Amino acid sequence: MRQKIGRWLIPVIGGAAFIYLLVPIAYIFVFSFNDGGRANLQWQRFTMENWLNPCGAPAVCESLGHSLQIGVVATVIATVLGTGIAIGLVRYKFRFRKLTDVLIILPLATPEVVLGASLLAQFLNLGWELGYGTIVIAHVVFCMSFVIVTVRARVSSLDSRLEEAAADLYASPVAAFWKVTFPLLLPGIIAAALLSFAMSFDDFIITNFNSGAYQTFPKFIYVSATRGIPAQANVIGSAMFIVALLVVVTGQVISYRKKKQLENS
Amino acid sequence: MSLDLRSKAELRAEKRKNRTGVYLVSPGLLVLALFFALPVVILLAMSLYVKPPGAEVGEFVPGFEISNYGTVLTAYWPELLRSFFFALIATVLALLIGFPMAYLVAVRLREKTLLQGILLVLLIAPFFSSFILRTQAWKQILADEGFVAQALKFIAILPADGHLTATPIAVVAGLTYNFLPFMVLPIYANLGRLDTRLLEASGDLYASPIVAFTKVTLPMSAPGVFAGTLLTFIPAAGDYVNSALLGNNRDTTMIGQVIDSRFFKIIDYPGAAALSFVLMISILILVTIYIRRFGTEELM
Amino acid sequence: MTTLAEQTQAERTSGADLLLSGITKRFAAFTAVEDLDLLVPSGTFFALLGPSGCGKSTTLRMIAGLEAPSEGSISIGGVEVTSLPSHRREVNTVFQSYALFPHLSVLENVAFGLKRKKDKQAIQKARAGLELVELAHLANRKPAQLSGGQQQRVALARALVNRPQVLLLDEPLGALDMKLRRQMQLELKKIQTEVGLTFIHVTHDQEEAMTMADVVAVMNGGRIEQMGPPRELYELPRTAFVANFLGKSNLMRGTVSGQSDGMLSVDVAGRTILLPAQRAVHTEGEVVLGVRPEKITIDRAPLAGENQLSGTVVDVSFTGTTTEYLVQVEGIGLIGTFSQNRGQQPAAEGDTVFLAWEAEHSFGLAGDESVNAGVPS
Repeated sequence: MRQKIGRWLIPVIGGAAFIYLLVPIAYIFVFSFNDGGRANLQWQRFTMENWLNPCGAPAVCESLGHSLQIGVVATVIATVLGTGIAIGLVRYKFRFRKLTDVLIILPLATPEVVLGASLLAQFLNLGWELGYGTIVIAHVVFCMSFVIVTVRARVSSLDSRLEEAAADLYASPVAAFWKVTFPLLLPGIIAAALLSFAMSFDDFIITNFNSGAYQTFPKFIYVSATRGIPAQANVIGSAMFIVALLVVVTGQVISYRKKKQLENS
Repeated sequence: MSLDLRSKAELRAEKRKNRTGVYLVSPGLLVLALFFALPVVILLAMSLYVKPPGAEVGEFVPGFEISNYGTVLTAYWPELLRSFFFALIATVLALLIGFPMAYLVAVRLREKTLLQGILLVLLIAPFFSSFILRTQAWKQILADEGFVAQALKFIAILPADGHLTATPIAVVAGLTYNFLPFMVLPIYANLGRLDTRLLEASGDLYASPIVAFTKVTLPMSAPGVFAGTLLTFIPAAGDYVNSALLGNNRDTTMIGQVIDSRFFKIIDYPGAAALSFVLMISILILVTIYIRRFGTEELM
Repeated sequence: MTTLAEQTQAERTSGADLLLSGITKRFAAFTAVEDLDLLVPSGTFFALLGPSGCGKSTTLRMIAGLEAPSEGSISIGGVEVTSLPSHRREVNTVFQSYALFPHLSVLENVAFGLKRKKDKQAIQKARAGLELVELAHLANRKPAQLSGGQQQRVALARALVNRPQVLLLDEPLGALDMKLRRQMQLELKKIQTEVGLTFIHVTHDQEEAMTMADVVAVMNGGRIEQMGPPRELYELPRTAFVANFLGKSNLMRGTVSGQSDGMLSVDVAGRTILLPAQRAVHTEGEVVLGVRPEKITIDRAPLAGENQLSGTVVDVSFTGTTTEYLVQVEGIGLIGTFSQNRGQQPAAEGDTVFLAWEAEHSFGLAGDESVNAGVPS
C-alpha cells in the first residue's frame, strides 16, 4: 500500500509542479494574441497584430535592444574573466587564495538589493553618471561568480594528465590551452555564458539601482506594470521563451546524438 | 632558518607555472575588488554618514553616526523579520515542490530519455522568459476579477470580499514560484548521479522504500538540497519585486522595498545603506550557521 | 607507402643516449629519488623496475620534463635538457592512463605531436603510425569508442610517430588483462626492435621487465639497487631486495669459515655450504647466502650435489607444470623449491626429504641485509 502511494505521489506532485511552473508562461503566450489595447488586462479578442508588429508599443523594442546589448557585453566580459579565475583557482598556487575564495563566494551570498545598493554607493561616490556603463559593470560583477562556479566544476573534473600529455607532445602552454584545455572546457563555458546571459537579461533589482534613466526590458515591464503591460511585451516574452526552448532543445539533441553515437560503436 | 632545498630549475619551473596563474586570476579579481569589495566598504562608510543641520534633501557628509543603525532598525525591524520569514517559508515550499520534480526528472524518467529531455528543457527555459513578466502574469491570473478568484469565490473557499493578490500568501507563492528552478536544478544535478543500483541493493537488504529513500536517496542528494536552499533563500530574502507586484500593502512589505524607497524616494542614503548592511550581515550569519550545521565541502 | 619502421631504418639516428647524473627529487616531506646516476645507451630497451612509491615514475616524469629535479642534470644525446620545458624535449611518453585527448579522433590524437612540430606530412605519418599498431581502420573513432587494448596502442602510436630520441612508457600495460598484456609485451618488443628507439619502460611487474628489456634497473626507496641484463640480475642478485623482488630466493644467514680455490665455506646453522667467492658481495664474516628455488633438487633419498640440507615437508602445492614444496630445515627455516611434474611426486607432506644444489648456484649478500627485503607482501 505504502509503496503504491510512493509510486504515484511523485509523478503527481512533480507533474502539478510543472504545471505551476508553466501557467504564467502559458498566460503570457495567450495574452500576446489579445487585442487588449495598452493595458492588456482583460481578454478582448484574438489578433495577430502584436506578433506582426512587436515594436508597435512605444519603448518596448528600444528597451529590449538595450537589454540584449547589455546581456551580450556583460556575458562576454564575465565569461572571459570568470573562466580565467576558475582555471587559475583549480590549477595554480598563489598567495591570498583564501581571500580569493571569499571574494568569489560572497557575491553569491549577497542579496541583489545589497549588491545594487553598494554599487550605487560606489558610483555616487565616484561621481559616475548612471547608465549603460554602470549597468554593464554591475552585471559583470554578479554574473562572474556564477561563471566561476560553473566553469570551476568543469576544470576540476578535467584530467590534468591531458595537459601533461599535450606538453609531452610538443604543445607550448599556449597551444596546450587552445588545443586541449579550452575545447574540453567549452561545454562548461557555453553553459556558464548562457546562464550569465539569462541572469543579465532578466535582472531587475541590481539594474534598477544602477541604471539612472536608462531603460532595460525588465525595467520597462516593472514600470508599466502599474498601468498595464502592452501585449507587445508578451510577444517578446513568449518569443524569448521559444528561442530559449530551441537553444536548449538543440543542446539536448546534440548531446543525445553524441551519446547514441558512442553507444552504437 | 628554513633551508630551501629546491634547485634553480625547480624554482624556475614553479615560477613559470605560477606566473600564468596570476595572469589568469588577476583581471577578474581586480573587477571583484573594485566593484564588489570596495563598494561594500563604501556602503558601510555611507551607512555612518551624517546629515548636517540645514542640509538639503540627499545631502550628507562623512561621519561616524552609529545611531543611524538604531534609527532604521527601530523603524523597520518588522520588515526585516518578515523578509526572513517569507524567504524561509518560500524555501521550504520550494524544497517540498522541487524535490519531487527533480526526483521525477532525474530518477523516475531516467530510462525515458525523450520525456526527461522535454521536462529538463521546461525547467531551464523559465530562466529565459522575463521573471517580472511572469510575476505580473500571476498578478493578473490571481486578480480579483480573474478566473481563479471568481471560481474560488463560487465554491465559497474564498469569501465574497476576499482577495488573492495583495496578501502575504500571494507574495510567498510568488517567491516560491520565481526561485523554484534554483532549487530544482542543483538537486537534479545530484540526483542525476544517483546510482539506482544502490536503491535496488538496499531493496535486496530488506529496506522498505521509505527506508531506502531516507538512507540512500536523501543523503545522496544532500549537497544539491543544500545548494538549492541557499540559492533560494538568499535572493528571496532580498527580493522586492514579488512583494511590490503581488503584495504592495503594509502586511507584505519586505526589506528590499524599504531599501529601494529609502534610496530613491526618501533619498536617505545613510538609512538605506545601514539597512542594506544589516541585511547582508544577517544573511551571512544565518548562512554561516547553516553551513556549519549542515554544510558539505562541495558547496558551490 | 613506407611504414614508420622503414622510415626509421633509413635514418637510424633517432635513438639517443640518456644520461642522468646525481638526480635527486625532494617533495615537501620526503625524497622520492636520491642521487641517481644512470646511463642508457642509444637504442636500448631499458626497464625501471620497482614497487610502487620507489621513485620510478618520478624519474620518468623528470626525464619527460613534467617535473624538475631538485639536484642533478639530465642530458639526452649529449645535450643538457635539465631546464628545458617538456614541450621542447625530444622525448615522448606513453602514459599509464593513456591520456588520450577525448575530443579528438584517433587520427588527430596520433597527429597531435607532429602538428605541433609543424610537420607538413603530419597526417600521412600519423596514418603510417596507426598502421604500425594495426589500427588504421579505426582512425576516425573517438578514444572513448575503443577498447582498453586499442587505446593503449593509440597512445603508443601517438608517442612513436614523433620518433623521439627517447620513448618513455609509464606502466603502459598496467590496465590491461593478463592475456592482452602478454600479447602487448611481445608487440612492444617487436616494435622497439623495428624502430630502434631508446625505450624506457617503468613497471612493477618483474616478469614484464625481464621478458622485454635489454637492461633492467631495480629501484627501491629512490635508489637503484642493481642494474644489468635480466639474466644477470636474476642469476646473481647483489642485494636481498633484488633477490626477493625479482623472482623468489631462499636466503639464509651464515658466517664464512674458510676459503679454498675461490670457494668460500659458509657455516649455516652448523652446516657447511659452499659459495664461489666471485659470487659473493662479502668474502668474510657474516653473510647472507642465497639460492633460487629451481636450482634445488628434492628427493626422499640422499642426492648428489655439493650443497646438502635435509628437513621436513610442511607444504605441498600442485600448480600444473610443477609442484611446489616448503621444507622446514632445522636451524635455518623454510626453504622453497619445486619439481617438474614428470613422473612420481618426490615427496608428500610430513616426509623427511633431502635437498641439494651445486655450489655455483649459491650467491652471497652482505651480512647486514634483511632476508625479507623486497618480499611481496
